[in-house]
Amino acid sequence: MKEISCKLLVIGAGPGGYVCAIRAGQLGLDTVIVEMGKPGGTCLNVGCIPSKALIHAADEFFKVREIAQGHDPLGISLTAPAIDMAKTVAWKDGIVGRLNTGVAGLLKRARVKSIEGRARFRDGKTVEVETETGTQVIRAETIVIATGSVPVELPSLPFGDKVISSTGALALKTVPANLAVVGGGYIGLELGTAFAKLGAKVTVVEALPRILPLYDSDLVKPVAKRLAELGVTVLTEAKAKGLSPQGDALLVETEGGQTQAIAADHVLVTVGRRPATEGWGLKEIDLDMSGPFIRIDEQCRTSMRGVYAIGDVTGEPMLAHRAMAQGEMVAEIVAGHRRSWDKRAIPAVCFTDPEVVWVGLSPDEARQTGAEVKIGQFPFSANGRAMTLQGEAGFVRVVARADNHLVLGIQAVGSGVSELSAAFALAVEMGARLEDIAGTIHAHPTQSEGFQEAALKALGHALHA
Amino acid sequence: MAEHVIKMPDVGEGVAEAELVEWHVKVGDPVREDDIIAAVMTDKATVEIPSPVEGTISWLGAEIGDTVAVGSALIRIETAGNAAPAEGKPEPAAAEPRAEEAKPATAAAGQPDETPPPASPKPAAPKPAPAEPAKKTAAAAQGMTGAPRPEGEQPLASPAVRLRAKEAGVDLRQVAGTGPAGRISHDDLDAFIARGSTPVATTLRPNTAIEEVKVVGLRRKIAEKMQIAKARIPHITYVEEVDVTALEELRTKLNAAKRPEQAKLTLLPFLARAMVKALAEQPQINALYDDEAGIVHRHGGVHIGIAAQTPGGLVVPVLRHAEARDLWDCAAEINRLAEAARSGTATREELSGSTITITSLGAMGGVATTPVINHPEVAIVGVNKMLVRPMWDGTGFVPRKMMNLSSSFDHRVVDGWDAAVFVQRLKTLLETPALIFVEG
Repeated sequence: MKEISCKLLVIGAGPGGYVCAIRAGQLGLDTVIVEMGKPGGTCLNVGCIPSKALIHAADEFFKVREIAQGHDPLGISLTAPAIDMAKTVAWKDGIVGRLNTGVAGLLKRARVKSIEGRARFRDGKTVEVETETGTQVIRAETIVIATGSVPVELPSLPFGDKVISSTGALALKTVPANLAVVGGGYIGLELGTAFAKLGAKVTVVEALPRILPLYDSDLVKPVAKRLAELGVTVLTEAKAKGLSPQGDALLVETEGGQTQAIAADHVLVTVGRRPATEGWGLKEIDLDMSGPFIRIDEQCRTSMRGVYAIGDVTGEPMLAHRAMAQGEMVAEIVAGHRRSWDKRAIPAVCFTDPEVVWVGLSPDEARQTGAEVKIGQFPFSANGRAMTLQGEAGFVRVVARADNHLVLGIQAVGSGVSELSAAFALAVEMGARLEDIAGTIHAHPTQSEGFQEAALKALGHALHA
Repeated sequence: MAEHVIKMPDVGEGVAEAELVEWHVKVGDPVREDDIIAAVMTDKATVEIPSPVEGTISWLGAEIGDTVAVGSALIRIETAGNAAPAEGKPEPAAAEPRAEEAKPATAAAGQPDETPPPASPKPAAPKPAPAEPAKKTAAAAQGMTGAPRPEGEQPLASPAVRLRAKEAGVDLRQVAGTGPAGRISHDDLDAFIARGSTPVATTLRPNTAIEEVKVVGLRRKIAEKMQIAKARIPHITYVEEVDVTALEELRTKLNAAKRPEQAKLTLLPFLARAMVKALAEQPQINALYDDEAGIVHRHGGVHIGIAAQTPGGLVVPVLRHAEARDLWDCAAEINRLAEAARSGTATREELSGSTITITSLGAMGGVATTPVINHPEVAIVGVNKMLVRPMWDGTGFVPRKMMNLSSSFDHRVVDGWDAAVFVQRLKTLLETPALIFVEG
C-alpha cells in the first residue's frame, strides 16, 4: 500500500473541487485532488456544459425546421432538414472532452497532483483511494469534501434503459418520439424543451400547481407560453405513478385522482438532486449534518477540524458557480488568508426558452424583509434589439428599497438574458442603487438597455416605456 | 393669467451684478404685494427684493450663490390680470427652478442614532451618515442618505472593500459608510483603520457626517477678500506691548465726568486719535496700494475701518475722516457704526472707503494675533486683550495694565523699520495719553 502526504487534499474534481485545487496550487500549497470520473464533475461531464450543447443544437435544428415549414418572416426558405443525433452527441462529447483536458491541464500547471480513483475516509486526516493500480493512502493536513450531488431517483421509477436521469438524456443517440419528463424544474424544462425542438412529443409532469415552482409566476409565464407553442404538454398537480405494464407509457395520477397513461419511449426523471454523501466514508468521520447536507459554517468548515466541504454536498443552491466561489475561498483560507463567505448574490440561470435569470430578492422576498420596495419592470417588446432578434417575449425587473433605492434583486426572462446575469450580479454585489444603473450608459442597441430602463422605471421615469 | 417679471434691481452706484443670497419663496408660492421674495448682495450691502404685485411664483431665475447681472430677469410671477408684458420664455435647462437645492444636507443631524440594545455584546453598527448634496426634495433626501442599517443586515460595500476589511481584520458592521445609501467606501475603511482599534465604549462612536455648506453671500465676500489679501500681500506682523494704565485712568475719569448726550468712551476712540497723530508723521502707512498700476495712493483723510463681528459675519464699517473728529465725536460715530453693522442696516457707503483698519477681538483678544490686511490698504492695527501684568520698574514688580498691539503691514510698500517706528509712536502716544491731545 502506497502512502503519500500533502498539505491539502480535495475529494472530487467538479467545479468546486478543481477550482479549490487550482487556487491552492497557485498559492503554493502542496495539493492533491482525487476524482473517480473525469475532471469537471457533473457540471462539465453530465450537466451544465453538455446540456447547453444539446440545447444549442436543438435551437439550431428547430430554427431551420421552422424555416422549412414556412414559418419564417425573414424570407429564408429551406427544404426539410434532418438531424443525426449520433453526430450531435459526438460533437457535444468533443466539447466535453476538450474541457476535460483543459481542466486537467490547469490542475497540472498549478502543480496539483491528480489521482484517479474512489476516495474513502479512513479518519479525518487520512483517505484511501482505490486506483487501477491499487490502494493509495493519502495523509493530508486539510481535506476538502467536494463530492457534489446526484440525480434523485423515484422509487416508483428506478433508473434503467427506459427511465433515465439527465445524464441518460444527454447520451441518447436518437430523438425519442415520445418523451415524458417527470419534474417541471429547470433541468426538466431545459431538456424537455430541447427534445421538443428536436422533434419529440414531450409531456411534462409536475406535482405542484405550476412549473418552475421556485420562480414567481410573472417570470414563468413567458416560458409556459413558449412550451405551449412548442407543443409541449404540461400536466400540473400530477403525480407520476410508474411505468405501464407494457413499459411503453408513464402512468400519471392527475388532479381529479384519475390515472392517465402517457405514451413514452423514455421517461426523464428530473425531480431534483441530492448530495453525494454515500460511498466515501462519511460515517467514519461522523460530520454534523444539516438535513441531507453536510453542515458548514461561513468558512465552509465542517464539524471536524481540518475538514472542509464545498459545493452541492453542502446545500442549496446547487450551482457550479457557488461551488467555485467556495472552493476558491477555502483554498485561500487554507493558505492562511482571512476569508469568509460574504457574497450578496448567487445568480441563477434557467436555460429554458426564453431564458430566466434570477439575482437577489424577488419583489415578494424583498417585501418580507420589511422594507418598502420599488419595482421597475421593462418589457423586451419595447426593446429594439430584442425585436431584431425576434425575441420580444419577457422583461427585466429590478427590485429596490424605496427609501434609499438600494437594488435588492434583479430578475429577467427573455431570449439570451443569461448573459445579462453578469451585470445583474455585479450591481447587487457592488451595492448599486437604482441611480447607479440608471446613470450607467448601456450600449445601444442591446438587450441590456432593458436593464437600465427597468431601473429608470423604478425611479419613475423610463424613457422607452 | 398674465406674467410679471422682476428683474435684478440696480442696487447701488456702479454695481453691475449682485449675488443672490436668499430665496423667501419657491415656485408655486402665492405672494402678496410687498412680500419679500429674495435677498441679493453686493460688495457690501444686502438688499431685499419685494414683490410689486400679487400672484403666484412661476419661475425663479437663479440659485442661491449665483451672481446675477443688474437688469436680468430674476423672478416671474403669474398674476390674475391680463396686462403685464411677458418677455421671452424662461430658458429651459439653465433656469430649472430648484430652490430647495441649496439647502445643505441635514440628514446627519436628522437621523437620531439608535441606542444599541443593552444586552448586545457588540457595539451597534455605526449608522451610515452620508452627506451627499441634497439633490432631491427634502423628504426624498432624508430617505436617500440615511436609511438606518438594521442589526444583522449585511454591510453595504463592494467585494473589494469587503476583502480588504477581511484581511485587515475589520468587522465592516462597525464601519460607517459615507457613500450613497450608506455604502462603505475604501476611504471609509481607510479612515476606520487609521483611527486604530475598534471602539469599545458604546456611547462613543465616530461621527463621520459631513455637512456641505455652500459658501455664499457675506461669507463668500469675506473668503474672496481674505484670499486676495493673503495671496497678494506679503504681510509683516509686529507685536508690541503697551502700558495703558494711564490711558485707562484717563478714560475712567472722562467717562465719569461725561455729559449724558456724550457717548461712553471705549479704548477705540483713543486709538483712533493716536493713529491720526502717528499717521500724520508717516503718510505712507495711511494709503491704498494699487499693485496693478504700481501706485500708492497716500490719503490725507484718515478713514479707519473698524472690523466688527456681526451675526452674519465679519464686516468693516468705516470711521470717516477721523482726523476731523475729536475724541467724543469719534466715540459717537464708532458706536453708531457698530450698531448699524450689527443690525445689518449699514449702508454700502458706510462699509467702504477705509484707508487703514483696526481689528479687535475685544475681551477675546488673546496675547497676539496676525491680522490680515484689508486689501488694498497697507496696514492694520490689531488690539489684543488688556491684562494686569507684573512689570519691572527698575526696583520691583508693579501691577500695570498692559495691552498688546499686533499690527500687520504690506511689506511691499512699508519696511519693517517704518512699521516699527509707527507702532512705537502709537505706544508712546497711548502710554502718555496727554500727547494725543497736544496740538502740533
